[in-house]
Amino acid sequence: MKVLVCISKTADTTAKISFTADQKSFNESGVQFIINPYDEWYALVRAVELKEQYPDTELHLISVGGPDVEPILRKALAIGGDMAFRVDLQPISIEPVAISIAEHVRQQGYDLIFTGKETIDYNGSGVGGYLAGLLDWPFISLATSFTWDGQIATVEREIDGGREIAEAMLPLVVSCQKGIAEQRIPNMRGIMAARTKPLQVIAAPEKAKENFVSIDHFALPQKKSGVHLIEPGNEEELVRLLHEEARVI
Amino acid sequence: MAIVVFADHHQGEIKKAALEAIFYASEWATTQQQEVIAVVIGEVPHPSSLENLGQYGAHRVYYVNSSWLNDFDARLYSLVFREILEQLQAQICVLPHDFNGRALAPYLAAQWQAGLLTGVCSLPESDGSFQKQVFSGKALAWMHVHTARKVITLLPNTFSVKQQDRKATVENWQPSQVKADQRKIRVKELRTTQGRVPLSEASIIVSGGRGLKGPENWGMIEELAKVLGAATACSRPVADAGWRPHHEHVGQTGLTVRPNLYIAIGISGAIQHLAGVNGSKYIVVINKDPEAPFFQAADYGIVGDAFEVVPRLIEAVKKFKGLS
Ligand SMILES: Cc1cc2nc3c(=O)[nH]c(=O)nc-3n(C[C@H](O)[C@H](O)[C@H](O)COP(=O)(O)OP(=O)(O)OC[C@H]3O[C@@H](n4cnc5c(N)ncnc54)[C@H](O)[C@@H]3O)c2cc1C
Ligand SMILES: Nc1ncnc2c1ncn2[C@@H]1O[C@H](COP(=O)(O)O)[C@@H](O)[C@H]1O
Repeated sequence: MKVLVCISKTADTTAKISFTADQKSFNESGVQFIINPYDEWYALVRAVELKEQYPDTELHLISVGGPDVEPILRKALAIGGDMAFRVDLQPISIEPVAISIAEHVRQQGYDLIFTGKETIDYNGSGVGGYLAGLLDWPFISLATSFTWDGQIATVEREIDGGREIAEAMLPLVVSCQKGIAEQRIPNMRGIMAARTKPLQVIAAPEKAKENFVSIDHFALPQKKSGVHLIEPGNEEELVRLLHEEARVI
Repeated sequence: MAIVVFADHHQGEIKKAALEAIFYASEWATTQQQEVIAVVIGEVPHPSSLENLGQYGAHRVYYVNSSWLNDFDARLYSLVFREILEQLQAQICVLPHDFNGRALAPYLAAQWQAGLLTGVCSLPESDGSFQKQVFSGKALAWMHVHTARKVITLLPNTFSVKQQDRKATVENWQPSQVKADQRKIRVKELRTTQGRVPLSEASIIVSGGRGLKGPENWGMIEELAKVLGAATACSRPVADAGWRPHHEHVGQTGLTVRPNLYIAIGISGAIQHLAGVNGSKYIVVINKDPEAPFFQAADYGIVGDAFEVVPRLIEAVKKFKGLS
């Protein structure tokens, strides 16, 4: 089986969010970048587990981005994977990322593709579905469990207030979230091995350079005016405020 | 021309987020003088009741009543939608940004060759831009979709619906290009927690953190939720420790929720937790540490021991509701 995991780079979860003076771009100074947690903890780890279960699995990683995503790809390779690809394109929305990856999939041929649930910076939640749509492959989103018996994939996904279990044949695209695997900390051996694993840079297809969606400007949300503290023992006052002032109960 | 909306349902009951999407489309349609068509896929027990979608602004309902479409499948539903959109020569499709909507929207956008904007929280402004939360709610962005065809998903609970006295016409619609044998995914089992408010749709959420010490202390959290008609949630370490089920975990790496009221009990308010709840309209924090960062994000707070405050709060709510 040949598996591809889509890896994106994102600002650290504790990063201070600020913008350039013209409000047009994210201020990256002093910001640490990490592998998007959904990609690292869930998609990648579950793929590495599959390779452990089926050692003849070929596991590739891909990221669409500038040279700055290479350290992120190396970190991901330290957790697992045989080789990585970087599509040389600064992605500005979901479509170019999916178009770039789809082109690579058509050339390489894969059986299974994992993405994360969403990137925690732009919160698109779109690349996996868009990619599957371009390939005309079935797509299962928000998976909390994935097993493969050599023929049939059984996937559990989250739905409103419940769970759904589905069976599918490969090829298949799955977007992964919590539950599908447990976070792994890369060990020294993995980090050493990652240094020599191949990382290939590929050109982006022309279609991916079109402008589908763009960001005009950013703003920080309005700050709360401050907390209204209620003395313990005075819970009835809290209930009154929630009813009369906030009108939420 | 028409704006087409995915009216997702569970056994005939249209989801709240889908009703919001219909209303959103109807507000958008008034400025564009377009017709709003709600698409209901899969059998429903009482098809005539679908005319009530008119109350939310739908002019027509396309009811695709094929039993082989009862189970959601992003690919099949997308094929059905593409056929409808092409037949109507529509340019805009609106979906709720919930579990199924988030799977269908990108698939459809790819197949229908449309631009995709997910999780918007505003109607298009005069310059055509949409507002969307980014950085897990820590910032807002204004975005443009440059393609003629647009697939938009609406963030749940950001757009309050106003009902009107109108009925939609319900029409049966059958795909001619999509067939049952194109299904590649088979749903084996569907489990819903009966009688509980799903977290994603809850207007009130009572959430507990590590400050509650252990799973045996969740009785009062559940009782408070029950008297308020709320859903329950928790912080990540609580789910990781197995005190509560994983699907209750909210935050950056869990579920993002946007209720009208979020009550956080014994949760410190780490930035990754706030990322999943800062879209709540009102936040109440109960924490014994006055320095807990959550108070900075709160509207109301009680500095005190949860084991004393929560039982008194339950009594106060019961009294208010006339339950005791
Ligand atoms: C990449 C990353 C992603 C993460 N994603 C998430 C996420 O999605 N969701 C999430 O929740 N966390 C997430 N975390 C973890 C987060 O950083 C915090 O560790 C976590 O939210 C803390 O949970 P807590 O508030 O329940 O526990 P604690 O931080 O231990 O806080 C317990 C609180 O309870 C109070 N308390 C104690 N006893 C009482 C009492 N008797 N009465 C009242 N109050 C009391 C204390 O004062 C304290 O404020 C993430 C972390 C990382 C690094
Ligand atoms: N630039 C990128 N390169 C590779 N994969 C990506 C990229 N952006 C997003 N993805 C993948 O798509 C998933 C969903 O991203 P998004 O649709 O942007 O929220 C992520 O979790 C990644 O697995």
